[in-house]
Amino acid sequence: MLRTSYASALLFVVGLSVQPAFAETPVDVLSALQSEAAKSTSNFQGFSAARGEKFFKVKHGNEWSCTSCHTDNPAATGKHAKTEKPIDPMAPSANAERFTNPKKVEKWFKRNCNDVLDRVCTTQEKGDVLAYLLTIRK
Amino acid sequence: MLKNHMNSRWTIAAAVLLMSVTMTVAHAEDDDEDEGGSRSKKGSSNPVTNAKWKDECGSCHLAYPPRFLSAESWRAVMSGLDKHFGSNASLDAAAATEIGDFLAKNASTKQRNSSNGIEPPLRISDTRWFESEHRKVADRTWKDPKVKSPSNCAACHTQAQSGSYNEHDIRMPK
Repeated sequence: MLRTSYASALLFVVGLSVQPAFAETPVDVLSALQSEAAKSTSNFQGFSAARGEKFFKVKHGNEWSCTSCHTDNPAATGKHAKTEKPIDPMAPSANAERFTNPKKVEKWFKRNCNDVLDRVCTTQEKGDVLAYLLTIRK
Repeated sequence: MLKNHMNSRWTIAAAVLLMSVTMTVAHAEDDDEDEGGSRSKKGSSNPVTNAKWKDECGSCHLAYPPRFLSAESWRAVMSGLDKHFGSNASLDAAAATEIGDFLAKNASTKQRNSSNGIEPPLRISDTRWFESEHRKVADRTWKDPKVKSPSNCAACHTQAQSGSYNEHDIRMPK
């Protein structure tokens, strides 16, 4: 009996640790970008959701904009422009997993900015886009 | 006595040879490997998988099963990720090694020669095997907006996401 309760306690602890724990919230990720921008951008004035929205929706000299895959509505499921693979919504209000893993955030900004702009995005641009995505309601 | 002994040895050798030839032919016809990974006797599929592969290779497109290309093709794909069909899909070194090993280990053991003469093929759809498997697919099906590209396996292979390409799961778009 005692052994059983030890076993259940152990199972409970193991169960807790395999819960999908999001290391950070999108707001944490935004504030990390903010401190980075404050250090690296001279005359940093803060992030702007309006600027982020424009950045998200226009083309930057290449064939694709962010909306080519993520659609005009960041709360909607997108679709890869070439392969048709569905892409989960970008807005944290519609997809709780978004912007909870800083490593993943960096990886995808790097890859997708390269596709859309042929360069990496600045911290200002990344923060503006995240500020915009955080304003989207489902 | 010695002659008899020799005779029986030859008979066994011939039988073994015959069996192995028969088994090879049966295996080639059946080609289960192409449909659903390692399969149990009942035909349920248990495809090989790797979390990193699924995550990294399965974000922009379906994580194509390793058995669809030869190890040589996968090595070529992995060494050219910075120019991956128009995108820079570079990985960090640890992920590249893990995924490269997984692909090479589970790659096709059969020939996956190119259909356009450029070896090794980098696209699964550029293999003769792919062309042969899809020879009955009509032109209008390929052009269907729901299919759009041969890379869009899941348009017809309804269980592609879970790694099964069994023909019983094929549903042509209507």
